[in-house]
Formats: sequence, structure tokens, C-alpha cells
Amino acid sequence: MKTRILLVDDEEQFVQALSERLTLRGYDVTTSLSGEDALEKLKHYNYEVVILDIAMPGLDGVTTLREIKKFKPLTEVIMLTGHATVETAIEGMKLGAADYLVKPCDTEELMAKINKAHQKKAGTEERIREAKVKDIISSPRSVLKKK
Amino acid sequence: MKYAWDTLGEAGFQFFGKMSASISHEIKNALAIMNENAGLLEDYASMGEKGISVDLQRLKSLAGNVRIQIQRADEIVRNMNRFAHSVDRSENAIEVGELLALMTALAHRSATMQGVTLKLKPPQKLVTITTNQFFLEHLIWLFLEFSMDKTGCDKIVELILEKEGSAVRIIFTGLIGLQPPTMDSFQTDAAKALLEAIGAKVSADSGKGELVVTLSGGEKPLGS
Repeated sequence: MKTRILLVDDEEQFVQALSERLTLRGYDVTTSLSGEDALEKLKHYNYEVVILDIAMPGLDGVTTLREIKKFKPLTEVIMLTGHATVETAIEGMKLGAADYLVKPCDTEELMAKINKAHQKKAGTEERIREAKVKDIISSPRSVLKKK
Repeated sequence: MKYAWDTLGEAGFQFFGKMSASISHEIKNALAIMNENAGLLEDYASMGEKGISVDLQRLKSLAGNVRIQIQRADEIVRNMNRFAHSVDRSENAIEVGELLALMTALAHRSATMQGVTLKLKPPQKLVTITTNQFFLEHLIWLFLEFSMDKTGCDKIVELILEKEGSAVRIIFTGLIGLQPPTMDSFQTDAAKALLEAIGAKVSADSGKGELVVTLSGGEKPLGS
């Protein structure tokens, strides 16, 4: 199954070009030109990875990341920044971003980070499923429990 | 002069740094678009090598996108160069309309981030004054930042340049909340120092929603 990506950046030409490149490489890409639109889309659809620009009009990337982590905590977010500042990256990581890249970015490096983030999400979801199953089995009323 | 040069210097360095950071960010965005479009051209070339049919119009369109971003980056660098040269001399003859056009262009990114549209009304005639160009640019920047924060619902700030006798007026329109407490907050040490350094005065008309900076049309010796 294709990895579902939400690409968020206010630069329309950048979004169009990167979206096309990722689609050619087998990803299922949806685009947003604002943090507000991205949050609206996330309410209705599930994405494995969000690629999120930091500097955007309206809701900036850090605020958008904060909101994503509130209602879709398992969604992995990769921050894109035009600033080569460690502070920006650290702030994003503290808020739960999986990684960051500085524009212009190398597509192969971006893909490696996307795949790593997707694997991390899949791993977390699997552990949650296992924990739920274990909880069901260990429940006093569980019919699966050995007597 | 009442205000020490170190106030102007420190604030000036911060202004210069802020402008440099903003310009570099704009250039980065243009480079990122060029990077992705160049990458797409490579992708389609690879597809062609594998015998997959490629839309030649698409290739031309991608090349056109790169050219547009080159023109965009070139204009950004041109503005950066003009701004950088504004510190060449402590005083020179300045065409105020051109300076306002430069500052409006430099403020474009900040305005976009705040959802504000900046408009510059074309001046009726050339207006020239002799003063410190960097100080004047810094002052205009402070006014622009203030205006973008105080703009009304339509989020439009218009700059109008007028000359009355020897006085030059730059009017920032479309503002709200220009009552005294707000105006007091504008009068930072840096703003006061810049106004004094170039012999300018600021006034507000809260009824009209206008902020007016008046420059003396003649020479104002610095340090006096």
C-alpha cells in the first residue's frame, strides 16, 4: 500500500513540483497551501507522514504541528525550513516532529526520512495493537484467559 | 544630538540583520522551487531513457518555471544589493519614491506572512531629499511594521508620497486604533533616535486612519 503523505507549504509551485516528484516515486500525495487547510484535511483523512513548512502565513508550521499532535498524535511530521537554524529544528523536535530538512532539500534524503517516519508510525501502531490485545487477554472477564 | 549614536547603531545592526534574514529566506524559497523543477526535468529525462513517452510541453513548462524563479531571485538580489549600498554614504540625495518602492518590496514577505497587502500610490512627480538613506529606510521599515499591525479589516496599507513646499510627507493609510496609547508604543528609543537623526516628525490622524511622517525637504546636518 502506498504511503499517504500530506505536503504543506504556502509556495504553490514548490508544492506542485515536489508532489509530482514524490508521486512518480510511488507515494500517495495530497497537498495543502496552509496550516488551516492541512488541519481540515487531517480531520477527515489519515496520513502516515506530513511534510510541513515552518514559515507560512496564518497558522505557521510550529503551531500547525502542535495542533496535529493534539488530535493525530501518531501522525509523523517532517519539518521543512528555509532557515538553517538549530533552534527551529529543536523546537519542532520538542513538539514531536520526527525530523527536519533545510530547503532546498535533496529528494533522496527526504524519501529516506519519509520512509523512516512511516516505519516509526507503523511500529508505534503495532505496539498499541499488541498492548490492547494483551489488555483484553489479561482482563478478568476475558474468555481467552486460561483457567 | 540627544540620542547617542549607539542607539542608532545597535538598532541599525538589528534592522540590517532582520532584512538579511528575510531576504535569504525569500531566496531559499526560489531556490527550492528551482531545485524541484530541475529534479522533475531529471526524472522525465530518466523516463525518456527507459523508453517511456514524455510530454515535451511538460518539459518546456518545467524549464519555464525555473526561468520564472531565476527572475524572481534576481529581483530579490537586486533589491538586496540596493539595500546593502544604502550604508555607503552618511548623506546623499535620495529619490523618495524609489526608496519607498524598495522598502515595500523588502517588506513584501513580512506583509504576506501577516496577510497584509502593501500598496504604493505612484507619486505625481519626483521627490528628492538629502539625508542618511539607511536611517530613512530604517524609519520607513518601523512605520511599515507598525502599520501592518494596525491595519483595518481589509488588511491593506497604502503609502502615499506628497510634497508641500519644502516638506515631504509619507502617509500610511488604512490604519485603525491610532489613539495616544498606541502611538506611545510606537515611540521606541530607536524610532525617536531615527526621527531626530533625519529631522523627521510623525503625526497620526485617527479619524482618517493615517500615520504621517514629515521629512524636511532640505539638508539636515547629522549630529546637530
